[in-house]
Amino acid sequence: MPTVQLTVNGRPVSMTVEDRTLLVELLRDHLGLTGTHVGCDTSQCGACVVHLDGQAVKSCTVLAAQASGSSVTTIEGLATGDELHPVQAAFRDNHGLQCGFCTPGMIMSALDIIRRHGGRLDEATVRHELEGNICRCTGYHNIVKSVLDAAGRMKLSAAAE
Amino acid sequence: MYETTYHRPNSIDEAVALFAKASEPRYLAGGHTLIPTMKQRLAAPTDVIDIARIPGLSGIEVSGEAVTIKAATTHYDVARSDAVRKAIPALCMLAGDIGDPQVRYRGTIGGSIANNDPSADYPAAVLALGATITTNKRGIAADDYFKGLFTTALEDGEIITAVVFPVPAKAGYAKFPNPASRFALTGVFVAKLKSGAVRVAATGASQSGVMRLPDIERALAASWSEATLDKMRISADGLIADVHGPAAYRANLIGVMARRAIAAAG
Repeated sequence: MPTVQLTVNGRPVSMTVEDRTLLVELLRDHLGLTGTHVGCDTSQCGACVVHLDGQAVKSCTVLAAQASGSSVTTIEGLATGDELHPVQAAFRDNHGLQCGFCTPGMIMSALDIIRRHGGRLDEATVRHELEGNICRCTGYHNIVKSVLDAAGRMKLSAAAE
Repeated sequence: MYETTYHRPNSIDEAVALFAKASEPRYLAGGHTLIPTMKQRLAAPTDVIDIARIPGLSGIEVSGEAVTIKAATTHYDVARSDAVRKAIPALCMLAGDIGDPQVRYRGTIGGSIANNDPSADYPAAVLALGATITTNKRGIAADDYFKGLFTTALEDGEIITAVVFPVPAKAGYAKFPNPASRFALTGVFVAKLKSGAVRVAATGASQSGVMRLPDIERALAASWSEATLDKMRISADGLIADVHGPAAYRANLIGVMARRAIAAAG
């Protein structure tokens, strides 16, 4: 069995797991980070999205051993203490969720989209790039609104720094 | 998923040696076909040999005559490459429309070509541009490489190291994606090479996987325009008929996608 070495939300993790263990299983079952969800388990829905070395990936489709040596950020790694990350805050303020099941994946994908496009983000791009995340409640309207609002907030906070 | 043993070799030689020793091994790159297949227990390799991080197996080189994309290069890296966009913009566009952003971060050109899914996008570009598939043993011309559904000229244990695309005079790609899976219900890649030769390939349409379209090639060689194809009837013989659409629908899509691809190529 391989020993998987990761940095998870800034914390070093070393763990021996079965070779067939998926990254999402390591996060949820072994580390107790249950904010990352398993929706479809077939790489379609995006509820399991985490950042692997800064890129949004579907953790149900990555072996834990494949990720060894990498840095992982989950939804639990975004907030600073009690202060929500700007993307989390934007989802709350814009009612960007209903049942909340898809939300962790939506937020991790949203942050990836905002980082890639910076200030050039428009509604069509957000809708196109959220292709890999499925929501069965909201009809996406408020999710798109949340992502655009978050992009604006992050631009402002970057300008202030 | 059944039990398996994971390996991460540091070189192609080491990967080949591991492959030779194992009873039912599979190479793993991005894993976005193999891992879902293993989860469904449709594949049960005894050994999974991860070649994605082998030094020198990813990267892009562009010269005036050719674009060389190394095998473990992700769709994301091809889509965002300014050098590729300048040489073969259709290739960037194709890579940027595979699956979704998360898939594009992981999926690789070598994995796509090795798997040869009949609805994958890259095989259409490889065949239409007349690319050469470079392996650890040899170079294989695209016309000799694709052998039907999920079947290629690769031998047991052979590893794709790069795909070399000649820079064409013009090229374009258009696909009608399945709205759920984003695989091509039908996709057509058109290319006019610098030699003047016209090559056209379709993915997602044929029961035998990616295929060239000789009638369309002849018509476009005579006159490179969308209007040339307006009156052409595409035969539905041998095309896929499934829950997503009958063969006649795909035959029609070939014509529509070919016209859109020409419009995109300019």
